[in-house]
Amino acid sequence: MKYVDEFRDPEKAIVITKEIAILTKQLNVTRKKPLQLMEFCGGHTHTIFRYGIEQMLPKEIELVHGPGCPVCVLPMGRVDDCVELAEMPNVIFTTFGDAMRVPGSKKSLLQAKADGADIRMVYSPLDSLALAKKNPDKEVIFFALGFETTMPSTALTVLQAERDGVKNFSLFCNHITTVPTIKAILDSPDMKIDGFLAPGHVCMVVGERPFDFVADHYKKPLVITGFEPLDILQSIWMLLKQLVDHKTLVENQYARIVPKQGNQAGLQSIADVFELREYFEWRGLGSIDHSGVKMKEAFKEYDAERKFSVANIKIADPKSCQCGEVLKGVIRPWECKVFGTACSPETPMGALMVSTEGACAAYYNFGNLDELIGKREQIEAVNV
Amino acid sequence: MNSPIADAVKPIASENNIVAAKKNNIRQRSAKVNVDKITLAHGSGGKAMRDLIDDVFVGTFDSDELSKLEDQARFDLTDLSIFGDRLAMTTDSYVVDPLFFPGGDIGKLAVTGTVNDLAVGGAVPLYLTCSMIIEEGFLIADLRKIVRSMKNTADEAGVSIVTGDTKVVHRGAVDKLFINTAGVGVIPHSVNMTSDRAMPGDVIIINGYVGDHGAAIVDARGEMSLQNTIETDCQTLNELIQLMLTICPDIHCMRDATRGGIATVLNEFAIGSNVCMHIDESALPIRHEVRGMCEILGLDPLYLANEGKLIAIVPAEFAEQLLEVMKTHKSGIESAIVGKVTESPRGGVILNTTFGGKRMVDMLVGEQLPRIC
Repeated sequence: MKYVDEFRDPEKAIVITKEIAILTKQLNVTRKKPLQLMEFCGGHTHTIFRYGIEQMLPKEIELVHGPGCPVCVLPMGRVDDCVELAEMPNVIFTTFGDAMRVPGSKKSLLQAKADGADIRMVYSPLDSLALAKKNPDKEVIFFALGFETTMPSTALTVLQAERDGVKNFSLFCNHITTVPTIKAILDSPDMKIDGFLAPGHVCMVVGERPFDFVADHYKKPLVITGFEPLDILQSIWMLLKQLVDHKTLVENQYARIVPKQGNQAGLQSIADVFELREYFEWRGLGSIDHSGVKMKEAFKEYDAERKFSVANIKIADPKSCQCGEVLKGVIRPWECKVFGTACSPETPMGALMVSTEGACAAYYNFGNLDELIGKREQIEAVNV
Repeated sequence: MNSPIADAVKPIASENNIVAAKKNNIRQRSAKVNVDKITLAHGSGGKAMRDLIDDVFVGTFDSDELSKLEDQARFDLTDLSIFGDRLAMTTDSYVVDPLFFPGGDIGKLAVTGTVNDLAVGGAVPLYLTCSMIIEEGFLIADLRKIVRSMKNTADEAGVSIVTGDTKVVHRGAVDKLFINTAGVGVIPHSVNMTSDRAMPGDVIIINGYVGDHGAAIVDARGEMSLQNTIETDCQTLNELIQLMLTICPDIHCMRDATRGGIATVLNEFAIGSNVCMHIDESALPIRHEVRGMCEILGLDPLYLANEGKLIAIVPAEFAEQLLEVMKTHKSGIESAIVGKVTESPRGGVILNTTFGGKRMVDMLVGEQLPRIC
């Protein structure tokens, strides 16, 4: 397939992995004290597992799968709010497919649908707006979530609804922002990350500059990374090169998509519709200042939180879940107490088990083969 | 009947006169359905139902056994034993939405699905039942089309539809039309394909492109407004399988990869035989269009449904010869060897990615949901 297969060329992969091995040797790292590189974005996590990239890297490099899966970091209380909204009479609740299985404190959206709520999967907020136009006697609510990547499409849909005079459409806004979250990770005392693969699609919207602080202030190298397997390998090589050369820079590997200044029209639409929340609750990471956005006062009639009463009750994560430590790279997914036992993709307890972009589900489904097989044998032994 | 197989198991000769008389009766009643939509009356057991059965079902299926209109179909055991020494029986319900999609419809599916479930056990499929649950208001013209499609597919596969049932339910109680078909076939003496027989060293063969049906259905639902039209792979496999068994009667395992895709079947074999299924991504036949759709939607073709694809685990020494013969049959032109059975990790499926990495391929949990970013 053109423009895809070029970025999945196994021969080029062999060349880069050799170069990566050479650079790794020049760094003072061992298998016991590995170099930790974090890919922030769930899309990267997916690519890494889908193509088996971890097994192609030297054992001295450990990839830490960050909090960049918006579905995974959604706190239980917000899922409960979704269910409550969806179960109101006369409502059509629309959502991206990923979010359907996220467990709330009582049930997921999938279970609410089975209980009779009118919940529909859409591929774009515009599909949701079209539903509102088609069903003028119903209230159509769109479950808006995602990082800066999906914010412009939501913002433009709201602006479109306003232009078209659609009154029965609203957003349940759960958009979150990357920068404060990376900051929170860098500030946490148990942080051990040596370098970052930054989210390419977020940067496509916000540009390169918002990540300067990682290099300038925290002195960690960062490479803006694309989503094909060769993109990931090349970015890892770039991070290693910086480390070998004792540099800390923001570099852009994904320049074919990411302009230095970002997407001005997209940024403008975000600025028009959204403003920062004081704080937002993340599953596994707790409350992070300014890490979410809400709708501006001018758009309150499109804001489901204002239009309907939303309980907004904070529900603590299950105690046995160690999602937070996994997210920060303190422990690896299979080292969690409940991985594969109480928490599995069939019955996820922690958020990271829900979507294939979540680190735990990715390990469970695609596996770090050696560890996974060991863990499975253990589980089987216990079950027997 | 077109097929030599079906000819051989025609009802016993001495009953032919009775059949002729019954058929004559039906003609005399000259039952015709003259309305354009199904109503509750068509399921009530009265005249309207009788007319519907005579006109739409019996008239189209044209099976001697069905025309007798007894409460059950009857078969002579001696006739059945010509084919082998074991009966195979299966059932499946069909609820696909939309009812008509590129390359097929629910009727075709209801025949191919059940025929294939028999065929992958090595059975020669012979008889099918047909039960329909119809929502009131359903267009009789559509019903005729679907029944005609069932008949054509059954003829192609050499099976007869020999008994059935019709229910009509209130609007909303089912979505338009659900079909259940059960099938009976006979397994030849020498054949023994079970999911616990895969052995290290065996070779994994598939009979063509993966994921076409799943992709066709996503496409036909029209939610994505994609420009290309992917056709379902919906086809009967019994002829191809019988051909394969003539080359290698000792094929170890075979299943058709329907819902859950080839990933699910491979996992079932791996667990059933306590071995590892090691497959090679670059050897998997996947259509350009299907790959494209999967890229856009974040789906994995390994988990997409198929309706005419079998996975066979065969002894290595027969693999090349089987492949060659499969490619001569219309249902196997794109057949490929996609991997081999290894010892460990036991119960697992390993994929060598096109990129040069390796990963586990687990069973699908829940529905395959598109990723958002």
